[in-house]
Amino acid sequence: MANRSSFDAPLLQVRELVLHFRTSKGVVQAVDGVDFTLNANEAVVIIGESGCGKSSLAKAILRLLPRNVHRYTGKTFLYGQEVMALSDEEFRRTIRWNRIAMVPQAAMNALNPVLRVGDQVAEPLMIHQGMRKSKALEKAVEMFRLVGVPEDFVHRYAFELSGGMRQRVALAMALVTSPDLIILDEPTSALDVLTQANIMNQLKRIKKEMGMSFILITHDIATSSELADRVAVMYAGQIVEVGDALRFFQEPLHPYAQKLMASVPRLRETKDPEFIVGQPPSLINPPTGCRFADRCHRRFARCAEEPPVIEQHGRLVKCWLYTEDGVNQRDASHSRHQD
Amino acid sequence: MTQATADIKIDTTRDERVKPASDAPSTRPEQGALLSVRNLRVWFELRRFGFGHAGYVRAVDDVSFDLNYGETIAIVGESGCGKSSLMKTILGLHRPTEGEIYFENRRLNDFSRREMQWYRTQVGYVQQDPYGALPPFMNVRRILQEPLIIAGVKDPAEREARIRKALEEVKMTPVEEFLPKFPHMLSGGQQQRVVIARAMILNPKLLVADEPVSMLDASVRVEILRLLRALQQAHNLAVIYITHDLSTVRYFSRRIMVMYAGQVVEQGEVNDLLSNPKHPYTQALIEATSDPDAANAMKFREVPSGEPPSLVRPPAGCRFHPRCAYFIADVCDKETPPDFDVGQGHLARCWLYR
Repeated sequence: MANRSSFDAPLLQVRELVLHFRTSKGVVQAVDGVDFTLNANEAVVIIGESGCGKSSLAKAILRLLPRNVHRYTGKTFLYGQEVMALSDEEFRRTIRWNRIAMVPQAAMNALNPVLRVGDQVAEPLMIHQGMRKSKALEKAVEMFRLVGVPEDFVHRYAFELSGGMRQRVALAMALVTSPDLIILDEPTSALDVLTQANIMNQLKRIKKEMGMSFILITHDIATSSELADRVAVMYAGQIVEVGDALRFFQEPLHPYAQKLMASVPRLRETKDPEFIVGQPPSLINPPTGCRFADRCHRRFARCAEEPPVIEQHGRLVKCWLYTEDGVNQRDASHSRHQD
Repeated sequence: MTQATADIKIDTTRDERVKPASDAPSTRPEQGALLSVRNLRVWFELRRFGFGHAGYVRAVDDVSFDLNYGETIAIVGESGCGKSSLMKTILGLHRPTEGEIYFENRRLNDFSRREMQWYRTQVGYVQQDPYGALPPFMNVRRILQEPLIIAGVKDPAEREARIRKALEEVKMTPVEEFLPKFPHMLSGGQQQRVVIARAMILNPKLLVADEPVSMLDASVRVEILRLLRALQQAHNLAVIYITHDLSTVRYFSRRIMVMYAGQVVEQGEVNDLLSNPKHPYTQALIEATSDPDAANAMKFREVPSGEPPSLVRPPAGCRFHPRCAYFIADVCDKETPPDFDVGQGHLARCWLYR
């Protein structure tokens, strides 16, 4: 592992991260002012629906940018070291994959069909750490054992493996350089429930035994709770709530998070799930003020203005309801309900 | 309706089935079994180098069930368990290798082209991926017009009226706004509504929904499930709901069948089966399904490792035995278990209940 500038600083701090894309229709504000912090040996889950910018956020952290970037600003600190200030070349050499690795979305379908999977897992070691091939292959075998792939599979090709096994290979590729942090983008979304449960078990084990840290990006709230220490909810390019998983799953604060939680069908409860009326706003010219206001059941006059980020018992929520104005509003609606 | 009366109904239809399958429609319409599947096998031949027999993929192996008018049934299973092959055979897209399918007491196996055309007006199909299921070069009006033209609705005014009615039923209003739109201009939820409208436009008696919400976002999912449920009730539709997600089953169907490796391993009434699963495979599925709860992060889930078997050479005996925690040597790996009744029509194909 590379040298750390400060051991006291959290593993990853993301401050005011902005990633806008230029398209023929206008500027898409995919990531618009995202802040969060990740401690070592912690798993943060980023929950959001399609088009909310969660995958763009992962790409922005790893600096895997397409060509049509319009604006890319903000700061990310890795153990206190400002990595956004590094040059692209330096970032590629020292940070990407050596310290932050990723399992991209649909990774299991992105394996190279003409390379043996063992060689693919060994490749980052040879490229990023200049390791000899025989040594790198040994390490690959070790990783296979760790993620639950039979060792003799190193000589196989991707098409000879099932979806679950391919997904594990993709995970091994991220683990092999012993990074500080792994970003998982929808790691189990195309898999069967039993395979999914097995892979989540494996991730828990890796987190516990290796002290690995994760950012898990998903739309699947139920599965996300399998790994989450903290939860961040993303809506229309912004994080609207961040909090401790224990408290979040009991009582989400932001109206969008509340509605989203209520929309999850549950196996062990008979209560009917609800749905959220309407659609998320376009990220080209999103509304000024709160971006959820149009669909919000708790909306009031103040929501036309950009909501502040409020801290409440160690949780952050971006909503006017938790300001003094909002508290009055809530009391008013509460007494209305009682009448 | 209690399970007991349902059983009696199934029995009477069984008697009727003995009669030669004439082309006369059912003598008691809208009662009893709409669809009967009997010992259905769908095998696909494997060939070596394009010729030379190399075995069969036994996608569906001995499946039987009845579906009454207006009844909903969920078929649950993982990918490769044969649920899609079963569905496609019911839709008439695959021919049964063995066994029979009866629709209103008419034998599907020997339908002529004409009869097949009639059959397709009686059965609606809601695909999994709405964007893939809608032709990108047709607008909503043309998409909905197509089945009407094929079914021989000649009067343009009548077609237009039916298109509007179908769109109103799936709550795509104002209708004028949506008629000229192309699929890419619609959100995922709206696309799925168009797919449902298309499936419903010929007033089918049976709707086959193949994972209708798995491609949609959580907040839209429930909306589509509710819409399907409302349509089912309003039109007394029989629905086959195919899914891998156990947590949505209860909101939608009354009966459930769990499939594993081409066979139905357990079936019963939904709440009974979900709260009291008998087959080790069903138990594993339920154990593996999570509800959002922070406590999940603290524990490991007890799920069988390994993967479903090859359907070319499935394991002898019970097909789940290589992964089963309750494996009984010399029993489970020797003989195929029959369906054991574990109470009130709840059937489990497992030697534990002999």
